[in-house]
Amino acid sequence: MIKRFILSILLLICNYVLFAQSLDNSMRSNGKIYVVVAVLVAIFIGIILYLIRLDRKISKLEKETKINH
Amino acid sequence: MKKQWWKILCVLLLLYTIIGGFLLKVPEREVIEESIRNLYFHVCMWFSMMILFTVSVVNAVKYLRTSDLKYDNLSRQYAVVGIVFGVLGYGTGMIWASFTWADPNNSASASFASIAKDPKLIGAAIALLVYFAYLVLRDSIEDLDKKARISSVYNIFAFALLFPSIWIIPRILESLHPGGQGNPALNPQDIDARMRMVFYPAVLGWTLLGVWITSLKVRIKNLKEKTFYK
Repeated sequence: MIKRFILSILLLICNYVLFAQSLDNSMRSNGKIYVVVAVLVAIFIGIILYLIRLDRKISKLEKETKINH
Repeated sequence: MKKQWWKILCVLLLLYTIIGGFLLKVPEREVIEESIRNLYFHVCMWFSMMILFTVSVVNAVKYLRTSDLKYDNLSRQYAVVGIVFGVLGYGTGMIWASFTWADPNNSASASFASIAKDPKLIGAAIALLVYFAYLVLRDSIEDLDKKARISSVYNIFAFALLFPSIWIIPRILESLHPGGQGNPALNPQDIDARMRMVFYPAVLGWTLLGVWITSLKVRIKNLKEKTFYK
């Protein structure tokens, strides 16, 4: 679990560096609307990751209760 | 990992909705301007709510036919998530209306007075309140079978009440909200081909998200019951 967590943090940092360097100019174009899109996508991905985690936890619990019966 | 593809589809559709919804071209209109993009979010909440409530009432009827508590659980969870989407639709509508309907020269209370009597808002509020009452009624009955039977019957009544309160009456009375002349967000006056390209995937994506959350709630409830009876 911790490995996965570190991996996701690393990915996030990579993402940030990429954005900061190569996408800097395009992110500033068009009234900075792309920034809003990036923020929304980040929030959305966060919520989805949370949902996936919940989904997995429940799957695990379901398996455990099946074994106990 | 059985039958998980629709969750991936849901995520992809919603990513497309967010990116396409912000960046693709939209028709230029007065007053509403760029806020027309709210169609992909605010309107989708109501579409999803309607679909989730429909699934809920179908499960309620199934329960009444079979007396299998599984369907009652499904019916209840779909109704709850439908309510969540409805409340979100109401909230986003409030924000949208305060920048498109309200006259900035009027005071806040005068604007509120003119907006709050809109028949579409009142109809939607009644519909949601009826569904809140569904939850209150459910949780006030202890006996499991009685609870399931009464709330299933009430669910059918609540669903039937959706039609006058959000489909019929708002179309008869005059309203600021679009859709009085036909189907809101479906007729060509409200939406053009470019917007349909995002709007239909958006409805599907948000609905799938609702179904996903519902499936989690159903599974938690099943787990709880299993451990309770053990």
